[in-house]
Amino acid sequence: MAKRKRKTVIDIRGLWAGYGREPILEDLDLKVYNDDFLGIIGPNGGGKSTLLKVILGLLPPQKGKVKVFGRSPIEARKYIGYVPQFAVYDKDFPINVWDVVMMGRRSRRGLFPFYNAEDKQKTKEALEAVDMLEFRKEHIDDLSGGQRQRVFVARALASDPKLLILDEPTASVDSVIQESIYQLLQRINEGIPIILVTHDIGVIAQAVTRIACLNKSLHTGDGEMLTKEQLESAYQCPVELIAHGVPHRVLPEHKK
Amino acid sequence: MAELILLFDALLTYEFMQRMFIAGMLASVAGGIIGSYVVVKRLVFISSGISHTAFGGIGMAYYFGFEPMIGAAMAALLTAIVVGLVNIKTKIRADSAIGIMWVIGMAAGVLFIKKTEGYTPDPMSILFGNILLVSREELIIMAVLIVIILGFVMFLYKDLLAMTFDEEFAAITGIHTNLLNLVLLSLTALTIVLMLKIVGVILVIAMLTIPPSLAGLFTNDLKVMMISAVIIGIVLNIGGFMISWQWDLPPGATIVILSGVVFLVVFSSIKIARFVKHKTKDPSSK
Repeated sequence: MAKRKRKTVIDIRGLWAGYGREPILEDLDLKVYNDDFLGIIGPNGGGKSTLLKVILGLLPPQKGKVKVFGRSPIEARKYIGYVPQFAVYDKDFPINVWDVVMMGRRSRRGLFPFYNAEDKQKTKEALEAVDMLEFRKEHIDDLSGGQRQRVFVARALASDPKLLILDEPTASVDSVIQESIYQLLQRINEGIPIILVTHDIGVIAQAVTRIACLNKSLHTGDGEMLTKEQLESAYQCPVELIAHGVPHRVLPEHKK
Repeated sequence: MAELILLFDALLTYEFMQRMFIAGMLASVAGGIIGSYVVVKRLVFISSGISHTAFGGIGMAYYFGFEPMIGAAMAALLTAIVVGLVNIKTKIRADSAIGIMWVIGMAAGVLFIKKTEGYTPDPMSILFGNILLVSREELIIMAVLIVIILGFVMFLYKDLLAMTFDEEFAAITGIHTNLLNLVLLSLTALTIVLMLKIVGVILVIAMLTIPPSLAGLFTNDLKVMMISAVIIGIVLNIGGFMISWQWDLPPGATIVILSGVVFLVVFSSIKIARFVKHKTKDPSSK
């Protein structure tokens, strides 16, 4: 990890959030730094997607403080590249790979009606970064699952994000492609922080620098060690603690 | 054949024939462009609802004695915005809301026309269109509507593309998706008003869906889909009108039947061609 000056990117304190009367997130604290590759794991229904929605400004918090780059999520979301678990789109939609990735430039271009040469250049670079430039004319649904996921990563990268957030990016692809996507993410992480939500605890250990365990609440906020007990309480079943990721810091080291 | 020569003759001679042709073109342009959004965003049912409530607006306009197209536009825009807001703000199911507005609009239209004194139009011509009766004023309204529609689509093209493709991502990139949804529904309403005169309340959906669906069979680019849909729409309009002239049939119905037949033929040809290609290319598989 490059020796960047350590800065807080996301600061969440005492967050309560949810949809109905029952909150999904209860009193959650989380800090994310500019050199993080943070893995968020936890059981289904534990609030992983809800937390992402709050960070992206798609769901207002019921209580608590959420700062992204020191601003409110809605102001800050144009600096975030987001890769959804399943992009909700119509597979018959008439659109090719190039136009999907170009969409990522919207946050930079605003209401101005046309994309310019810079947008095209960034789109090209994003497609090159994920090794998909040769597929730019293909229909999005003619790609394999792994290729499509790379396109959605490229769409997120096209906006020159200062933070990349991915929700289960490898849920629908086989293990060889998973491996290549994680390598890609590690390369990206040399430049920007990444938050990765997954329940794939095996693979996550190889890529991430910190793991947070989310089950309604989260207190790994700053410098706390993630213990076997915490993992087990999050999953509510015995968990094999990852030990093979020796060169990586699976467990957070930084002291208070 | 003699009748068709007569048709071209009439087209050169009579102003009402020229108006009719221009009206058909304008409706095809709007229908091809907005229809592409209707097809890809699956707005067909709400479009149907909008066109039927427009019937209520037309009835109201006759009753109070103002231009029917203005009445249609008022009712269509109201429906588009109410259904859009219901979708955003409440938990009422959107399709139920559409159904409710649909029937109220139709019933109100019947009552208004029944109670209108003096000249009342034949409801059949409102329901099924009558392209022959396009007045100069109506043509001007249509031209204004098309300028509005084209202006919005050109200015908002990239945002509409992002929103219709993936609403959640569009919101993250800073697009006000709720507002843009309302704009798209309103443009759909205006397009429907534009087409009412030609194919009428009931057959509007054909002009809005068949040309874009046909175009969509051949392209994976929304822009190409729109332009091809416009051209297909114009051809089908003229073709349908020629059939109606030749055999003295109502033009709205012949345009729709021609469009439907062409769609079925093209669609099944593609399917058969793919099937044959698959068979011959790959004889060893199984």
